[in-house]
Amino acid sequence: MKQQPYRLPTGGRIERNRPISFVYDGRPYDGFIGDTLASALLANGVRLVGRSFKYHRPRGVMTAGSNEPNAIVQLETGAYAEPNTRATQVELYDGLTAASQNCWPSVGFDFGAWTSHFSDLFPAGFYYKTFMWPRSAWMRYEYFIRRMAGLGSSPRVPDPDRYEKMHTHCDVLVVGSGPAGLSAALAAGRAGARVILVDEQNEVGGSLLEETIAIGNDPAMSWANKVREELIALPETRVLLRSTAYGYYDHNLVMISQRVSDHLGLSERSTDIPRQILWKVRAKEVVLATGAHERPLIFPDNDRPGVMLASAARSYVNRYAVKPGSSAIFFTNNDSAYKAALDMHAAGMRVSGIIDVRSDISGSWAQSVRDAGIPIFENQVVVATHGKSGLKGVSVMKLNPSGDGVDGVTQRVHGDVLCMSGGWSPVVHLFSQSRGKLNFDVAKNCFVPGTPVQASITVGACNGSFLLSDCLREGFLAGTEAAKNAGFEAIVPDLPDVQEPELTEERAVWETPNRLPSGRGGKRFIDFQNDVTSRDVELAAREGYLSVEHLKRYTTLGMGTDQGKLSNVNGLAVFSRCTGHDIPALGVTTFRPPYTPVTFGVIGGRDVDHLFDPVRKTPMHEWHVSSGALFEDVGQWKRPHYYPQDGEDMAAAVKRECEAVGSTVGIADASTLGKLDLRGPDVKKLLNWVYTNAWNKLETDRCRYGLMLGENGMVFDDGVTTKLSDEHYLMSTTSGGAGHVHQWLEEWLQCEWLDMKVWVTNITTQYAVAQISGPRARDLLAELTSDIDVSPQAFPFMSMRCGTVAGISARVFRISFSGELSYEINVPANKGMALWRALMSCGQKYNITPYGTESMHVLRAEKGFIIVGEETDGTVTPMDLGMDWIVSKAKKNFLGKRSLSRSDIIKSDRKQLVGLLTDNPDYVLGVGAQIVSQINESPPMPMEGHVTSSYYGPRVGRSIAMALLSGGLKRQGETVTVWDRGNIVRAKVSSPVFYDRDGDRMNA
Amino acid sequence: MATPTKYSIWSLLRNAGSYHQNWQRVWRQPTPKDEYEVIVIGGGGHGLATAYYLATVHGITNVAVLEKGWLGGGNTGRNTTVVRSNYLYDESSGIYELSMKLWEGLSQELNYNVMFSQRGVIGLSHDRHGNDEQSRRGGAIHLNGIDSEILNVAQVRALVPIINTSPNIRYPLFGGMLQRRGGNARHDAVAWGYARGADARGVDILQETEVIGLMREGSRVVGVETSRGAIRAKRVGIVVAGHSGVLANMAGFRLPLESYPLQALVSEPIKPVLHTVIMSGKVHVYLSQSDKGELVIGASRDAHNSYSQRGSFHLIEEQLAALIELFPIFGRLRMMRQWGGIVDVCPDASPIIGKTPIEGLFINCGWGTGGFKATPGSGWVFAHTLATGEPHSINAPFSLKRFSSGYLIDEHGAAGVAH
Amino acid sequence: MFQIDCPFCGPRWQVEFVCGGEAHIERPINPDMLSDDEWADYVFMRTNSKGMHYERWCHIHGCRQWFNAARDTVSDKIHATYRMGEKPPELSS
Repeated sequence: MKQQPYRLPTGGRIERNRPISFVYDGRPYDGFIGDTLASALLANGVRLVGRSFKYHRPRGVMTAGSNEPNAIVQLETGAYAEPNTRATQVELYDGLTAASQNCWPSVGFDFGAWTSHFSDLFPAGFYYKTFMWPRSAWMRYEYFIRRMAGLGSSPRVPDPDRYEKMHTHCDVLVVGSGPAGLSAALAAGRAGARVILVDEQNEVGGSLLEETIAIGNDPAMSWANKVREELIALPETRVLLRSTAYGYYDHNLVMISQRVSDHLGLSERSTDIPRQILWKVRAKEVVLATGAHERPLIFPDNDRPGVMLASAARSYVNRYAVKPGSSAIFFTNNDSAYKAALDMHAAGMRVSGIIDVRSDISGSWAQSVRDAGIPIFENQVVVATHGKSGLKGVSVMKLNPSGDGVDGVTQRVHGDVLCMSGGWSPVVHLFSQSRGKLNFDVAKNCFVPGTPVQASITVGACNGSFLLSDCLREGFLAGTEAAKNAGFEAIVPDLPDVQEPELTEERAVWETPNRLPSGRGGKRFIDFQNDVTSRDVELAAREGYLSVEHLKRYTTLGMGTDQGKLSNVNGLAVFSRCTGHDIPALGVTTFRPPYTPVTFGVIGGRDVDHLFDPVRKTPMHEWHVSSGALFEDVGQWKRPHYYPQDGEDMAAAVKRECEAVGSTVGIADASTLGKLDLRGPDVKKLLNWVYTNAWNKLETDRCRYGLMLGENGMVFDDGVTTKLSDEHYLMSTTSGGAGHVHQWLEEWLQCEWLDMKVWVTNITTQYAVAQISGPRARDLLAELTSDIDVSPQAFPFMSMRCGTVAGISARVFRISFSGELSYEINVPANKGMALWRALMSCGQKYNITPYGTESMHVLRAEKGFIIVGEETDGTVTPMDLGMDWIVSKAKKNFLGKRSLSRSDIIKSDRKQLVGLLTDNPDYVLGVGAQIVSQINESPPMPMEGHVTSSYYGPRVGRSIAMALLSGGLKRQGETVTVWDRGNIVRAKVSSPVFYDRDGDRMNA
Repeated sequence: MATPTKYSIWSLLRNAGSYHQNWQRVWRQPTPKDEYEVIVIGGGGHGLATAYYLATVHGITNVAVLEKGWLGGGNTGRNTTVVRSNYLYDESSGIYELSMKLWEGLSQELNYNVMFSQRGVIGLSHDRHGNDEQSRRGGAIHLNGIDSEILNVAQVRALVPIINTSPNIRYPLFGGMLQRRGGNARHDAVAWGYARGADARGVDILQETEVIGLMREGSRVVGVETSRGAIRAKRVGIVVAGHSGVLANMAGFRLPLESYPLQALVSEPIKPVLHTVIMSGKVHVYLSQSDKGELVIGASRDAHNSYSQRGSFHLIEEQLAALIELFPIFGRLRMMRQWGGIVDVCPDASPIIGKTPIEGLFINCGWGTGGFKATPGSGWVFAHTLATGEPHSINAPFSLKRFSSGYLIDEHGAAGVAH
Repeated sequence: MFQIDCPFCGPRWQVEFVCGGEAHIERPINPDMLSDDEWADYVFMRTNSKGMHYERWCHIHGCRQWFNAARDTVSDKIHATYRMGEKPPELSS
């Protein structure tokens, strides 16, 4: 066990019997369970922990929590690497490895620090004013700017961890487990409400974790733990620790990120437990007990390692038993520094003095400090800090009588820690996210929550109540009220007795007066991480960036990983001075979620990798897999693309498959086609509305093809609908379209045609469909059925028969997408595989050949059948497709009809569907190739159409293409020029039907 | 009016010597005049660009830009800064490529560095259909004289080594379409640069001046009522993305658009790891890395109307799942800030730039999720329209009338992923 | 993410629903009698209210019923949900 030179011999909440070791910047150190990385570094005397974003200034730990701007480290390496991690919130575990960021070669000697010497050239927004010459050079400037920017480094290997999500409801959600939050949770919990208490730290307590005042007869943390135990014992109450409520969204939804295993050593973690859990909590009532952040003061070189918040110093001493240095100086405008000074004094640290901007300081805090022999420098300010990479002392001067400047001589005060307190800012982030407006409290110099917009109550320091007794009282009241609002009977618990000194008034100072105006001398930082100084804020105001949002964007104030927790109000105050507008008039920038950064992984949750999107498989899927099919994604479906044999490429496989369909029989899995079951007395009426053609004369067991239009007149789906009986039809849709069409029908039925009696059921996955296609399809079907007469007369094209196929009850549709004699056999999904196997085995003698979607597309293209989404793209009417025949002239009304007669829709030069036959019959045009009306040496070239589908057609023995061509319907026989991936190809315009124009084969 | 200081390294050096005490204001804070020749309602990028080109191209400087809040506070300051011009239709190519050409000299033109970085934009495809669609679009773009390259997986990987090219994921990468001239620009700077340029030429930029009514005489607009009083004008242009419908309602006509929330987010800043803009309509996310090092990430808009500038968190969950699907190495990075804007979406995903039913009143709206890239060109054609009273041939197809005649310019494919 | 009170199922999270846009747009009875402008008004033009907005939702992952909601598009507060065919409640935002 190595010495931890700054560790106090006793006290703190660390587990001294559990020593652990860790590595920082390559060096081994020791600490304890209960430490944070920051406290352990301080215990080991490591004060220089990072470099700032812009000037690469050396920086030390400034806070003890989520507001840390400086101690931002790269945690771990390899798969577990995590950039930009706040050392003040990393719980130390055995074997932890971390490194400083944004410095090279080391944090102690950083080449990037050259920028600091030229900082006069880099005021806010300097990059808007330069790097413009020569015009082409920005990309080169940018290359270097990008390398200088950024903080830590992304992991370079995939994240090995697993993340989970929880959805839950509760009556009362309490955010923050400090004194106010604990008492609110207790009051609501005792009333029987379902309570969730959430806190970002590893134990409850909040500010009580470093509190020395007793609550009742107990030390503060004993009281806190008693409350926790009582809460846990209640049946409906949950305490979530290491959990940050990071966003307050609409309708009382609060998002919480829980860190489940981040505090464990890497060897203790396992994928059996998630790394983090995202909680989505919908609460009836929310109590915000989110506390407050102490503010820094703004003075020259206020960023030297050793300068920290007074409350942080107190936290290190009381909670972690770490001396943040050897001797402390305080600089304050309020009482809280006195509390810290006394605790440090009690812990045996030397306290050189308290520099207080106030004069005539009285009250019991000051008295106690004086009694302890700590000097108070009244009415004085720090005008300079000394030391190179760590603080050695400060210079102080007296304020002049008007308080806006300094007088007299400087006096040196020695110390290696400067603890500052500029007052407190309530943590109003969640309240603001809930759409609540903030008010500026002039007495307390801070923004406090206004009237809540959602069902929420703010309590404690979040409300601007900084006394412990007030926090407890407000918490009890709020917990009681929240429980009552949620419908419970509740009584306010008895308030424990708390003896604490009254606070004296703080003095509103932000940037403290100095000898030099703020643009000169040492830099006075407001936003430490982004290196925004008061000079930058002044410059923004001087240049006329007068809105707070302009200020933020121009200077980058508050845009670092701490999102302005320390800097927002200070920046606003300086801006107020520069612009002459008071702070309430300026307003605040929006507090955007998240409160602290949240891992992408936990937000993505389990919806990644194979769970990214559901995979839909047909009942015959495993057969396709075992037969060597390659698959393609069609929406969420996996469909066999083609079935290569013996090293065939796609072209060879598709040729073989198509030839089989043309000569004997092929079999395809068409189970994915959408199937909607329509029942009721008004189905026919519905069909007449949603399809362009007429449905009155369709006979039972007959099928009809239809096109569906949107109200804009554009084709959006097609399919075959079969009449099963007067009040029962079966509609088929495209594979991707079933959900959409179902939704479309329901919307019309439920919202517009309320009197129409139709019941729509999506039965797509209830049936498996085998499509057998080819001249021998009838023979095959005949062999497997005894109760269906398959003769052409008895079972004509576009009809349906019910019966038994291979012993399975089936509906057989004689429809064709291939142009061949074809049957689609529908059986219950769980019989799909049996049907398929029966067909395969019986079809062996015909050399039955399975074919995939590619062949399906080739076959239909040869036949000139459109595919919605290929030949159409949402801009195509039935007329554009040359399908006037399907648009009923007799029907007075159907969806989209009126749009078809608009002036630009009836123009004859619209793009219309044609076939294209390339002069070279072996040349297959690329899909998407453009038809040009003029060939130029180089673009631009005017376009008049494009290829929508293009294949080599094995049955027609040449290449074929379908295209949308301007005025194409009247241009048959013309030769057009196609620009195809740089090739100029000539093609003749033809009918889009290339195969069996008269339909003899499919009607056979 | 005073000529503004020219920005350069020399002016920075000079001002460093005087502790930066002598920089001029970027724009004045003028008092509204009683009357202007042209009023532009909306102080976002498009409105300010309109004013700038009215002054520089048409010599019309008696112009006021009315902004109800602060300059660039709407979608200009909320978008994800992607610039590209690879749209499908000729009409779109016309306006987006005009923009692209203006972007290419904009920093020098405005003497304000808008940091236009042509680091390339890749749209990914994940299946044959997506690839076909890109081939069609890529060809059309090329033939319109705009750069476009179709990439295979290996070419995508060469440009973006960190992308997941495993064939064993849910939607494996199939290829992509690259526009090398596309990239990013600094969004705020565009508004500020145009504002500074317009102001220097005499345009009055009136912030915190909300239009509360339109003044009409007969069928003509003659001015606007504002929170700072009535201001008369011969011509009025509405350029208020996110509130187009509100202004149209005020003027008494309806628009074919609806306002939806669109969200975006950034990660904490990290060292450079991604050097191009990546978008996937299928896996549905798009991202780039800013000069500051943040990953800037966006995806879908919500489906419900809203003016609240807040979207639903489940869309953020979906978009980050998509991000991790494409870039599994980003799982441990963190979301640092998320926000929302309001996008006015037309049924054909193309804008409306031209006349309204009211004489003298013109509108520029409906840019949906992708208006930022069009800022310079949109301003340029709208300035022409306001100056001459008639649309330029480039914006003529984008008329309000097209919804009656059926001449829609359907760019859903090109605008498939909000960007 | 909203919580939406389905008139058939009760309050559910927004992810269970799809939004169908503006409600109470009646399809013209005789489209053929309309001018192109009038037809376009029905198909494309929208009120796009800022403030109280009447819209359709469908509980797609629940009862699959369409219903109407009155929501304030500024605060996103849902003031009422009601079944198809019912008159919208009188509300002011």
